[in-house]
Parts: sequence; C-alpha cells; structure tokens
Amino acid sequence: MSKGLPETRSDAAMSELVPEPRPKPAVPMKPVSINSNLLGYVGIDTIIEQMRKKTMKTGFDFNIMVVGQSGLGKSTLVNTLFKSQVSRKAASWNREEKIPKTVEIKAIGHVIEEGGVKMKLTVIDTPGFGDQINNENCWEPIEKYINEQYEKFLKEEVNIARKKRIPDTRVHCCLYFISPTGHSLRPLDLEFMKHLSKVVNIIPVIAKADTMTLEEKSEFKQRVRKELEVNGIEFYPQKEFDEDLEDKTENDKIRQESMPFAVVGSDKEYQVNGKRVLGRKTPWGIIEVENLNHCEFALLRDFVIRTHLQDLKEVTHNIHYETYRAKRLNDNGGLPPGEGLLGTVLPPVPATPCPSAE
Amino acid sequence: MDKEYVGFSALPSQLHRKSVKKGFDFTLMVAGESGLGKSTLINSLFLTNLYEDRQVPEASARLTRTLTIERRSVEIEEGGIKVKLTLVDTPGFGDAVDCSDCWLPVVRFIEEQFEQYLRDESGLNRKNIQDSRVHCCLYFISPFGRGLRPLDVAFLRAMHEKVNIIPVIGKADALMPKETQALKQKIRDQLKEEEINIYQFPECDSDEDEEFKRQDAEMKERIPFAVVGSSEVVRDGGTSRPVRGRCYSWGTVEVENPHHCDFLNLRRMLVQTHLQDLKEVTHDLLYEGYRARCLQSLARPGARDRTSRSKLSRQSATEIPLPMLPLAETEKLIREKDEELRRMQEMLEKMQAQMQQSQAPGEQSDSL
Repeated sequence: MSKGLPETRSDAAMSELVPEPRPKPAVPMKPVSINSNLLGYVGIDTIIEQMRKKTMKTGFDFNIMVVGQSGLGKSTLVNTLFKSQVSRKAASWNREEKIPKTVEIKAIGHVIEEGGVKMKLTVIDTPGFGDQINNENCWEPIEKYINEQYEKFLKEEVNIARKKRIPDTRVHCCLYFISPTGHSLRPLDLEFMKHLSKVVNIIPVIAKADTMTLEEKSEFKQRVRKELEVNGIEFYPQKEFDEDLEDKTENDKIRQESMPFAVVGSDKEYQVNGKRVLGRKTPWGIIEVENLNHCEFALLRDFVIRTHLQDLKEVTHNIHYETYRAKRLNDNGGLPPGEGLLGTVLPPVPATPCPSAE
Repeated sequence: MDKEYVGFSALPSQLHRKSVKKGFDFTLMVAGESGLGKSTLINSLFLTNLYEDRQVPEASARLTRTLTIERRSVEIEEGGIKVKLTLVDTPGFGDAVDCSDCWLPVVRFIEEQFEQYLRDESGLNRKNIQDSRVHCCLYFISPFGRGLRPLDVAFLRAMHEKVNIIPVIGKADALMPKETQALKQKIRDQLKEEEINIYQFPECDSDEDEEFKRQDAEMKERIPFAVVGSSEVVRDGGTSRPVRGRCYSWGTVEVENPHHCDFLNLRRMLVQTHLQDLKEVTHDLLYEGYRARCLQSLARPGARDRTSRSKLSRQSATEIPLPMLPLAETEKLIREKDEELRRMQEMLEKMQAQMQQSQAPGEQSDSL
C-alpha cells in the first residue's frame, strides 16, 4: 500500500494530451498554518506513531529492477544492499549459464523483516540486456514490462469492487549499471536512459568501481553527469519533482556531487582490524564495501533504503503511473477504461511504447 | 686435437650484425572494446607515450561513428638495436548499439596488407619491400564479463586464421585471484569450444635446462594473460621504492609484480622472446595461406593442379612458373576494363532514360 498524499485526479490531466514537459500533478500544497498556537497538548502528533504501527502490521511492497550488461555485479549488489540472498546469483562459475538471446525479465520476490517491519521485496533482473552483438531496441522488453505493471494496477483501480489493498507490482526503482570504462557512457547507456527515464525512476550506478583510482572516479563521474545533462536525461531524484527548498538543496547535493554512485558489492566477509567486514580480498589489499574511503556503497544504500525509499514509491505512483494513466484515458476517448458499457473489456495494453516515454 | 678451424661458426654473429644494422619492423594490432586499458598497456609495454594526444569522443558522438583503423609508428632503440614499432588501433570497435559486422573493416585491413606484400613480392624491384603486415593482434577481453562475449567470439573467429592472436584480460585489477583463475579457465574452454586458434608459443628447445622448461610451462598456463597497465610511477608506501602501478585507498597494484598480474609474462613472451617467431609465423603460415588462397582463386582450370600442389610449401614456389604472375596482372586489367565498360553502359542507360523523359513532358516521370 503506498502511503501517498491524498491526490485529486486532476481534470487537466484528463482532458489534454500529455505535453512535454509533464505538468506537475495536482498534489495539494502543504496546508498554510492558520493558527499554530494550540492552548494545550492535543495529541495530533501521535498520528506518526499510528501510521508507524499500521505500516508494521501491513508491511509494504518494494520493487527494484536492475539493468546492465552481464557480469557487472548486479545480483551481488542487490544482495549486499538488502543483506540477504534476494537475487539469484548467476555468477557462479560452475554453472553453465548461457547468455540469453533476447532480454528476459525475471522477477523474484522475498519477504524480509527488520525491527518488526515486513517488506515484500521483488528484484527484477534483466539478463541478456546489452550482451548481444546487435543490441538495437533491447530496452523494449523492459519498457513493455514496466508498462504492463502500470496496466495491471490501472485495471485494479477501475474495478467496481476494488481490493482494499491493490498489490503493487510497479517498478519503483531501476538501478542502471554503468561499466567502469573510465572514458564516458556507452551509446547503449544513453539510449536506454533516454527511453526509460520518463517511465521509471532510474538511478545510475557505476559498477565494479574498484578498478578506478580516486582521480579516475571523480573525472568519470563528472563526465557522466555532463553527458546525461547534455542529453536531457533526468535520473532520480528528478529536478522537476523537488517539492520544496529543503528537498531541493538536499537533492541538489546528491545530484551534483554524489551521483552516479560508484559502488562495489560483495557477499564475502573478511577480517579487517578485528572486525568482520564485507569486502573483496586482493593481493594488494582488502576492499571494504561499507568503507566510504573505498567506495560509495554506503551512500547508495542510505539513499535508496534509509532516506528515499518512500519517495521512490511516491514518485512512481504520483508521477509515472499518473502519466501512464492519463495517456491510457486519452487513448480511450477521455473515459476511464471500462466505463460506459457495463463489463467492457479494457483495450489491450499498447504493444508499442507510449509516445510520452520518448 | 688440432681441429681445423674453417670459420663458419662465425655466421650467426654475422647475421646478427646485419640484422642489427637493418633494424626490425614490427606491426602490432590492439583490438577490443573501449575502456579496457589498451592504450595504457601499450604505453607500459613499450615505455613510451604513444597515446599522449588521444581524445576519446563522448557517447553521443559515438552513436553513429563507424570503426576506423589508425596507425602510428614509433622508433624504439635499446642496446644499439632499432625497432620500428607500428601500432594499429581500432577505435570504435564494439562501441555502437549495433555492432553487426563491425570486425569486417579490420579483417579487410589485414588482408590489404597481405595483398600489398603479395604485389610487392611479385614485382620487379624487391629490394626495399616494406613489410606492413600485422604480425600480432593483442585482443582485449573484458574482466567484467563471464568469459568471451558474442562479439569477442565473432571477432576472433573472423581473425584467427589471418593474424597471430594473443588474448589478454584487460584491467585485471578488477578481479580477485580466484575470479581470475575461473575467468581464464572459462575463456580457455570457450576458445576450444569455438575452435579458435590463438598464437601458440612454441615449445622450448630440448636442450634447455629443467628450470627453464618449468618456468616456460608455468607461463603458458597463465594464458590468457591478465594484465594491468599504468602510465604512472608511484611510490609504494610499503617498499618505498618507485614502482609502476596504480594507487588505491586500499593498496597499490604493482604492474611488474607477478603476484599482482601477468604483465611481466606478457612483456617477456611478446617482446623479449617471441618477437621474431611472431614475424615468422605471420610470414610462413598466415601469409602463405592467404597467398595460396589468392592465387588459387585466380588460377585457370588447367593450372589449378600446379597451385594445389604448392599450396602449403614455399619450396615448390619455383614450380609456379613466372608466367602465372603476368597472368594475374592481365586478369586484373581485364577485370578493371570490364568494370569501366559496365559503368559506361550504366551511364548510357541513364542518359537514354533522361532523353525519353524529356521527349514526353506531359507524362508522369518516375524518379531515376
């Protein structure tokens, strides 16, 4: 269940074609305080505790997708992020894993629990992406999958007898793995992010960052940021969705200095200075995954899980999903799908990607 | 024990002196996707800064870039011996979204060098033949993959019969020792499976001592070599002597440390011991194969017997009578004239069509 702010279905979004750039959805502004001087303790602040209790009871869904060439450590990184074997690791050398001929979409769900809070985590893997000789349009199956999840949610929403809690299979976050070439982005990276950044929250990460020295890392990040900007690619957190000044300053710092996060993943532990740490042991030293002097894994983890998890879900629901919904309604002549005639079947999911996703 | 001394044992030193005077040519091709440390490795191997003024274009520029072949030469001198090293680079390889057939320009380039040599060899003035044939191709494999990628396989299969291929794993400091071993094994298995013939370092001479033979065998086990390059000399905290390496927050990789990577092995085998063998294999095996195929395709039915007999042995070259060459030349001339005739015919047809059009102005004319 997503804890979004109660939104009003904006009429504007229903009647006009979705222009570029997208109009901000009608999220109500923070209420202006009329009289903030209460005469005594009322107890409204306990709402936070009530919300917390509810979340703990119901738990929540989080769906994360990983995209990138094979061998960039995607599964290992997700396992490291959530400190459990949530991603089926195809990296074991003993198994005869053949690179699939087309991009496959594999979603695996796990329930993990921490501090009484249950999370149903789904990791969506995309083996085969970028591995062929000809990778033209290899992002299409991915885009199709994402739209299919929006469609599923839409169908549930327009039902007359709706479920109390619509199962949310929409992709909340897409980690895109950039190969640490040290030069710049590859043409495929640009193409993917151009097409998908309007449909899903993309968080670019630099994979296997233990091959770059500090200087190389910072130069590479600068170049990547510039290339993304020049090509008009808005990765998460998108500038246009900063709600207030506080968000903006916090996000600006992340956007302009930290991202893309240069990460290293590992599921092996080693002894360093008397402590057991996750890392990689080489003849010239041990790389500690959670050591900020070594790599930015901890920053990525804090960003995705500890500070922006809820926001990722909100942006997916309030913005990406709304854009999809508006487009579908437009296609259906302004009527909500299924309305008009009782028992009308929804028009089929468009096979081609939405034009707004260009 | 008064053996008579004739003196021909001095022959090797005469040869040596002559070759030293002549100098050596060596053409090395470097291939592989961008970002695998190729240029850095070359600079480390030959201790030169061949790639100083290099600019790698950004991704949006590379979207439509086609593969180019770049050549740069440098004269290196060491111990009185001069080597003219020519490096052939293939920027753009493996970059595009669609890399279908992107290796064809490279294959064509190699064949062109063979063609040139064949022409020179068959020409009248053979004193100063410039050998621009590619003697060796260092192919870089990504350490981030799970072995050879489909593009690697396609490239290697197109090239392995035309050039000596030495596969190396670039940026090997991305891997832990176990991962390196597993990757090497995977690559070796794949090469066998796909029947790709990489350059075989020849066996030691039987009169070498056991220690040398053991070292040699050990080195061959390390193929494909996992290499790290560096253009910087750093002061390693531990040893405090300057080493070529890469400084990380968790330690320093030393390029010339055999426990860190196989750079020394590569340098020894490529530069110090097998430079000449690479040239010989290129000439005796790969070039001969090309030459035989070429001549066979030009051969008339009657003369085919002669060429097939001399397919793989250079000795019977004298059996191919010189008249074969002028034949090849005239064949070429005939083909060129045919082309010209065809072109003129096409132009005539175009002009005729245009004339017809202008004679019927009212009618709809199709675009030519």
